[in-house]
Amino acid sequence: MTEAVNLCVGLAMGLNLVALTTGRLPSLIRIVAVQGMLLGLMPLLLEHWAGPIVFLMVLGTVTIKGFVIPYLLRRAMRAAHIDRDLEPLIGYVPSLLIGAAGTVAAMAFAGRLPLLPEHRDTLLVPGAMASVLTGLLLLIGRTKAISQVCGYLVLENGIYLFGLLLVHSVPLMVEAGILLDLTAAIFVIGIIVDRIQRAFDSLDTRKLTTLRE
Amino acid sequence: MMELGLILVPSAAALAAFLWPFERSRPWFLIGVALVHVALSLTLLVAPPAAPLSEWIGFDPLARALLPTVSLLFLGCALYGVPYLALRRERSNRAFVASMLAALGLMSAAHMARHLGLLWVATEAVTLASVPMLHFNNSPRALEATWKYLLVGGTGVALSLLGSFCLGYASLYGGGSGDLRFISLMAQGEDLSRPWLLIAWALLLVGYGTKMGLAPMHTWKPDAYGEAPGIVGALLAGGVTTVAFAALLRVRAVLDAAGEAAVTSRTLLFLGLLSTLVAALFLLATRNFKRMLAYSSVEHMGILAIAASLGPAGVWAALFHVWNNSLTKASLFLSAGNVRRAAGAATLDVASGMSLVTPRSAALFVTGVFAVTALPPFGPFFSELQIVRVLLESGRGWSTAGLLACLLLAFLGLTRITFSVVYGRPSAAVRRHAQRFPETPALIGPPLLLLGASLWLGLFTPSVLRSAWKEAVDLLFVLP
Repeated sequence: MTEAVNLCVGLAMGLNLVALTTGRLPSLIRIVAVQGMLLGLMPLLLEHWAGPIVFLMVLGTVTIKGFVIPYLLRRAMRAAHIDRDLEPLIGYVPSLLIGAAGTVAAMAFAGRLPLLPEHRDTLLVPGAMASVLTGLLLLIGRTKAISQVCGYLVLENGIYLFGLLLVHSVPLMVEAGILLDLTAAIFVIGIIVDRIQRAFDSLDTRKLTTLRE
Repeated sequence: MMELGLILVPSAAALAAFLWPFERSRPWFLIGVALVHVALSLTLLVAPPAAPLSEWIGFDPLARALLPTVSLLFLGCALYGVPYLALRRERSNRAFVASMLAALGLMSAAHMARHLGLLWVATEAVTLASVPMLHFNNSPRALEATWKYLLVGGTGVALSLLGSFCLGYASLYGGGSGDLRFISLMAQGEDLSRPWLLIAWALLLVGYGTKMGLAPMHTWKPDAYGEAPGIVGALLAGGVTTVAFAALLRVRAVLDAAGEAAVTSRTLLFLGLLSTLVAALFLLATRNFKRMLAYSSVEHMGILAIAASLGPAGVWAALFHVWNNSLTKASLFLSAGNVRRAAGAATLDVASGMSLVTPRSAALFVTGVFAVTALPPFGPFFSELQIVRVLLESGRGWSTAGLLACLLLAFLGLTRITFSVVYGRPSAAVRRHAQRFPETPALIGPPLLLLGASLWLGLFTPSVLRSAWKEAVDLLFVLP
């Protein structure tokens, strides 16, 4: 049980680092989708009783994170005629190094936090922290709107991973609400990205600098 | 069941307005829903229903103390919205009206949520519902503001979800069930795991503080308020920020019950003072009167945070100040919207001598600025006086001095900009531009009404409100 969970989280942490090194938007979107699906499947590993509601929830998460959101992002990307984020504010190698250092720090920090016995041997907490850090790094370090959205999704994946610690206590209705909000967020972001593209003829958020004091 | 109407009526109307095929009659949905909402919330204010605190959602004392101001604010915005949208026939108002109504329903849900997860879902949904309103002007600048709002606000709200989960884990580690209802978290009290509790507080403070617009998480605010129509600024500054403040009050109550009141007080006081300072400094520098309103909002959020750090008497004053801030700030945003429309721009280079071009709106604007800078006998004066008094009584002399200095600087900044907008000679271009936008009673009435409400609140604070605030304080400070 724990091995399977750790394998999944470990893979997700690896995907974080891959996401930090890639400048191609299609692969970034694919990495985030795979990570989302991987994490979406995890309740099946954690639940002792895989009831129909849990199954439905897993199905919903995997569909939305693995297919719906990537579809929306790819459409926005095609409309904008770009597929690379060539000029990051934080270069690929530095961000990989920061990400790796962050992952190590997350492991060390999680070891010092008080954890319940059943969570002590899993990678859930360090995995969550590493994903949150990676997400923030992508949000700050990249300049194209779509890569920033991917950063937001990685951040959200980290929070989802942390939420799995509470899988028995957070009601499914709240989980469903969170998922719904996320989908709506990506939908809204997609529309705004499309408008930005039309207004500025670019998705480079560095051009959004008129408003300052 | 009446309280659920506060959520369901606006939500159903949002759907109906979205499907409604006629552009001209659609804005009337706003007034209809606003009247129903005000009637419902005032009835519930006077005769509160028996809301079991163990329910997930309910019209509890804190909702009773704050939700009616959202209703009144929305009524003002709705009355203004009909003539405003009639001026903006070039844009379809479908998304605008639908998201305004949806935002009202979601704000009601957030005020009534007694479950941390549900509160988060509603807050995030309000954030998303405000997006179509923010880029209603559809200019590149409006898009830039919307993008910043989405990214900064979205990240902030995401962090508050992480904070909510950490609070759940604090309960789980402390031997509880990880139940995220406020009542069970408060009941667990000192059993909550301390490290997780502190991590949760930091994340929730940053998250909901971003939504409130506390410095240094306020960066989205000047852009969003500066570029959005005045009516949207009124709704965000008076309503959405209040939701985030109520969330912080509820979370704070959990930490207090766990014996961490010293930590919450210190952090809230620090962020509050920082916000008033940052706002005061930017008010001295900005040259745009709509951005000025945004910094004034940062200042008032800082005042609220300071008040919330002060125990029962401070929180009572904070609830009073929420009412004053909502009504006064909304009036100010609406009259500023009138001035901005006539001038064609919100910068001081263009907008000048507006008392000759739009005399009534300019007069309302000046009066509103005086009200918001705590001139007696308007409401904000009494609530700020109360806050300063409690701050002094708690023995924080330096903080009081700092707060008063910031308020003075903010007053200087606000009056500098306001007088430069109102006095002087308007340029010929502004005069020509303003002829297209006559000052109709429909556009003057709503800000006048809201300002009148602020005056009334200052002169005759109704006893039902006083007791509602008192009960809300009891809910937050007495263990269940």
